[in-house]
Amino acid sequence: MEGAMQADAEIRSESGTESGPRGPACSLRHFACEQNLLSRPDGSASFLQGVAEKSRERLIRNTCEAVVLGTLHPRTSITVVLQVISDAGSLLACCLNAACMALVDAGVPMRALFCGVTCALNSDGTLVLDPTAKQEKEARAVLTFALDSVERKLLMSTTKGLYSDAELQQCLAAAQAASQHIFRFYRESLQRRYSKS
Amino acid sequence: MAAGFKTVEPLEYYRRFLKENCRPDGRELGEFRTTTVNIGSISTADGSALVKLGNTTVICGIKAEFAAPPTDTPDKGYVVPNVDLPPLCSSRFRSGPPGEEAQVASQFIADVIENSQIIQKEDLCISPGKLSWVLYCDIICLDYDGNILDACTFALLAALKNVQLPEVTINEETGLAEVNLKKKSYLNIRTHPVATSFAVFDDTLLIVDPTGEEEHLATGTLTVVMDEEGKLCCLHKPGGSGLTGAKLQDCMSRAVTRHKEVKKLMDEVIKSMKSK
Repeated sequence: MEGAMQADAEIRSESGTESGPRGPACSLRHFACEQNLLSRPDGSASFLQGVAEKSRERLIRNTCEAVVLGTLHPRTSITVVLQVISDAGSLLACCLNAACMALVDAGVPMRALFCGVTCALNSDGTLVLDPTAKQEKEARAVLTFALDSVERKLLMSTTKGLYSDAELQQCLAAAQAASQHIFRFYRESLQRRYSKS
Repeated sequence: MAAGFKTVEPLEYYRRFLKENCRPDGRELGEFRTTTVNIGSISTADGSALVKLGNTTVICGIKAEFAAPPTDTPDKGYVVPNVDLPPLCSSRFRSGPPGEEAQVASQFIADVIENSQIIQKEDLCISPGKLSWVLYCDIICLDYDGNILDACTFALLAALKNVQLPEVTINEETGLAEVNLKKKSYLNIRTHPVATSFAVFDDTLLIVDPTGEEEHLATGTLTVVMDEEGKLCCLHKPGGSGLTGAKLQDCMSRAVTRHKEVKKLMDEVIKSMKSK
């Protein structure tokens, strides 16, 4: 018996909750989210942020597997379908956020929420969070992390380019700080959704 | 009695060992298996290396061929890595198109080559816009017992150090390439990336160089690729249980010591080959 719960995640720019403008403390771009926009699947969410070959799919799948309480749903297949509508940089992080919101919308029991954050390191050593596609291309190194909501532990990481150990710790700390904003945004958007219905 | 317990409750069996800070094969948590490397064994390849990490055996063969350089970078050559996990190395692999694990490993090796800048692609160019070398790196696993990424990276590095490219001149009149097989030179290897893999157990314990069984029981894996200056080329953590910043720091220091061990081993082997 296979109950396939499809969580479709699309990236759109219409109604739904939107985050505030980029404040000085957090340099993430503007993001917006809308849930339950498709009628057929059990749960769906769209996540817009300020861009899957097998390895990307595997990263997202392994991150989801680490947080989803699979033992509560034996003999069940949970399919997460991610459709990229537009890629403006930080694609993997956006996919991770969309996947998390879709799993929440579908009501899949999870041990924690997770979010994706991308960091770009320039040749002069400056850190840019949530880089655009142009910034990613010009950067010396691009690091993408998936962090959990309970203890901000590192669930997944994939990096491109050369960087030192100290820079890694710096990026990780910045990503952990940024993840606070993303989790707060998750909470607000869910609150708004459930207060409407 | 122990074998029965191991079959019925493999995780619990394992935990008993971890409590004593050791593993069933007698290693400590931070100890690698015996690493052996054999360079230049395949005479038909331009460069080759065989690496054994305990039981895990990986062989890398490199062939150099001519190709037209890519149009957007006419002064660069190509390096094309391919990791093959055939059914002979483990019963979990079937014959047919490459499975997910092989594809992920190929992508990982491609990323390591790209990020670490192990060879300058400009060195592979013979005549800008017309002719360049393409290095086909075929990495085949002969025996799968965990920690395939470390073995593949080491095999690739050792094989690249073994590659000798003949001198090529472009004949002005005919425009054809003339290969001088008598004059061969080694590749200019700029950095030496070394991979160190860890397995995470029960969300807290980190063990180095997991065997096949340990990988299966682990709740997450992490691979760190470091070069000799302590710079990281790749931090590959494909999901799994979370790690704190402090645990990551421990991994980095272990990776630094592993780099020294591997570099020493490789230098010894190359020295012994050159003296022959």
